[in-house]
Amino acid sequence: MSFPWAKQYEPTNPLMKYLDEKLPLPRLVYNAVGAGYPVPRNLSYMWNFGVLAGFCLVLQIVTGVVLAMHYAANDAVAFDSVEHIMRDVNWGWLMRYAHANGASFFFIVIYLHIFRGFYYSSYKAPREMIWLIGVVIFLLTMATAFMGYVLPWGQMSFWGAKVITGLFGAIPLVGESIQVWLLGGYAPDNAALNRFFSLHFLLPFVIAGVVILHIWALHIPGSSNPTGVEVKSESDTLPFHPYYTAKDGLGLAVFLIFYAAFVFFMPNALGHPDNYIPANPLSTPALIVPEWYFYPFYAILRAFTFDFILPAQLWGVLAMFASILVWFFLPWLDKSPVRSGRYRPLFRKFFWVLMVDMAVLFYCGGAHAEEPYIMISQIATAYYFLHFLVILPIISSIEKPEPLPFSITEAVLGSDEKAAQGDSAGTAA
Amino acid sequence: MIRLVGILVGLGFTFVVLLAFGSGALTVMGQGYFVEETAEHAFHEEAHMPAEGYSFDGLMPSWDLAQLQRGYQVYKEVCSACHGLNQIAFRNLDELGYTEAEVKAEAANWVVPGINQDTGEATTRPGLPTDYFPDPYANDIMAAAANNNAIPPDLSLMTKARHNGTAYVYSLLTGYQEPSAELAERFPDSVPGPGLYHNPYFANLNLAMAPPLTTDGQVTYADGTEATVDQMATDVAAFLTWTAEPSLVDRVRLGWIVMGFLIFATILAWLAKKQVWAKAKRKD
Ligand code: HEC
Ligand code: HEM
Repeated sequence: MSFPWAKQYEPTNPLMKYLDEKLPLPRLVYNAVGAGYPVPRNLSYMWNFGVLAGFCLVLQIVTGVVLAMHYAANDAVAFDSVEHIMRDVNWGWLMRYAHANGASFFFIVIYLHIFRGFYYSSYKAPREMIWLIGVVIFLLTMATAFMGYVLPWGQMSFWGAKVITGLFGAIPLVGESIQVWLLGGYAPDNAALNRFFSLHFLLPFVIAGVVILHIWALHIPGSSNPTGVEVKSESDTLPFHPYYTAKDGLGLAVFLIFYAAFVFFMPNALGHPDNYIPANPLSTPALIVPEWYFYPFYAILRAFTFDFILPAQLWGVLAMFASILVWFFLPWLDKSPVRSGRYRPLFRKFFWVLMVDMAVLFYCGGAHAEEPYIMISQIATAYYFLHFLVILPIISSIEKPEPLPFSITEAVLGSDEKAAQGDSAGTAA
Repeated sequence: MIRLVGILVGLGFTFVVLLAFGSGALTVMGQGYFVEETAEHAFHEEAHMPAEGYSFDGLMPSWDLAQLQRGYQVYKEVCSACHGLNQIAFRNLDELGYTEAEVKAEAANWVVPGINQDTGEATTRPGLPTDYFPDPYANDIMAAAANNNAIPPDLSLMTKARHNGTAYVYSLLTGYQEPSAELAERFPDSVPGPGLYHNPYFANLNLAMAPPLTTDGQVTYADGTEATVDQMATDVAAFLTWTAEPSLVDRVRLGWIVMGFLIFATILAWLAKKQVWAKAKRKD
């Protein structure tokens, strides 16, 4: 589970000794995030976002449980119960703004975490399983956030739910039955609201379970690092505690500054004003958009406007799901033996093109479905699929990587005696 | 194999989306413009704040209680004829600086639905501090019937339910005007029909609310402030900002304390990190 030089837990306090014999929880912590877990010494701040995502999950669970004490999942009173939280519950406004902005910051963190994975090809062997589990977490988080956004039962809650569940109606033959089964009716109503609340309460705990698998899988090979060269010897690593607890602590503090700025100074900036209008099935908003973190995928959905064999809407739905599902295949699409984008000149350029492309999709997803945004999002969608499915496989076979350092130690300290001795030290597992 | 299938799938999606692009591009080229210019687009104006600004706007907000009381008076004497305020209870008025006795007396000025304690029949009674502001209409049908088929929305959350809400309410109330000759010429359909009024701040330019604030001195302010139309609009927009977000001032003030703490914590965390990592930078 760890490198041979990992420190062993040796309790001296009699109580801890007793506990270690009966229930070795302190040992688990020691080995997972303590001095007993050796970590590459060269991790950059891009490696902070995993811990931050875990923090966000806990934050959402804590604030969410408090909100659930006062929230009423009934279409007649849901909107007012959220206002009751905002106005009459002590610190209710803080809980709600912390939860609503917490969801946005959760996604900011997860996206940066995923993009880190893209750039450093963290998805490659031996870490494929960590990556696959990560994509599952992302999908679960999207589902959770989508259902959470329905709960306040404002105009965007209602119409967002209607549009997104309506997508299932695009599936031939069984589509409408699936849609009715999902909603418990023909349009979102009390039945839908109730089940969304039930699932919104449940899924975060499922996510927490899957996060444990994610970390378990991570602890087998250990973290990758900005050079992408695997750990070779003890001088390549540092114990997680105190080094990375200190670094993550600093990252968390900086994160909280940005987060608090939104919660306290602009709590509605990331939301949509229409959600302060109670849901009204008879009045369609001028612009129906999901929450900002779904914009890129929403743009892909709306980019398909042409019936080619299949109806355009079905293409859109397929493409939207495919745009995330391709991430599952990354470990096998990218064959380059070199991990880090630092040493892959061509890959690196295309990585940045992808970032720009996703920014364009993001912009188009929030805009009105009209020209020229549709045409722009069509080009951006084309690039998105070409990038993952065509460009990545091709550059990974034709690209000539730049020379890699011998070891992490050499990359950090400029030299590694073991390299001079010709000691390859073997890759520790 | 995976890569081969991947390339085919990728090319497939690309092909279909480029077909869509092609057909969109053809349409655009055929018509010679991206989107047809609409009146809403050409004549819409962005909302703006009153010239003197607001005490609750910005990084050091506070409520101007006299202004909120004036705004409440405008709501009560003008807007409440058509608009409800259903998230607000009379007891909340103590936050505007009224004493307990004043709140009680003010509540009693309003008539709320009640139940006859002897017969159980629906009746009305004077309000109590625990009552919420009553809706002006018994139901939506009545509201629409009285207002040229438009339902006056509840105002409690209005400033949060529109983009840049405070400025929007102010601009809307002061923005009524005759449609310009240019508008009438280019978009004859957008000239307001009977019962509609032109207002460039409203999303589709014509709304069913007759200008509610029309003459200076429409209300007589208890504090003697001159009740110009601009002043009344400014004050009622302030009042509606409070009804939408009574915690605004407390929130920002608490925010600065939290920020101070977080910046302090960040400095400590940074020093701690530097000290811990000093050992690792040395070559040992
Ligand atoms: C005679 C009835 C009446 C009075 C008095 C009245 N309103 Fe309205 N108001 C309406 C109607 C009707 C609408 C709906 C207009 C529409 O949708 O076309 C409306 C809509 C509004 C809107 C929403 C516009 C939008 O963006 O949808 C605001 C804000 C508003 N009124 C503010 C006020 C304020 C503030 C006052 C008091 C100064 C007031 N109204 C007085 C009838 C009235
Ligand atoms: C993965 C973690 C979570 C995410 C991403 C998430 C996301 C969201 C979102 C986006 C909203 C709508 C916010 C708004 O506009 O008001 C919401 C509302 C809500 N959530 Fe969560 N949530 C999470 C966890 C939880 C948990 C664990 C609970 C309860 C145990 C919970 C309870 C609620 C309640 C009661 C509401 C409605 C109140 C409100 O709208 O503010 N959430 N959630």
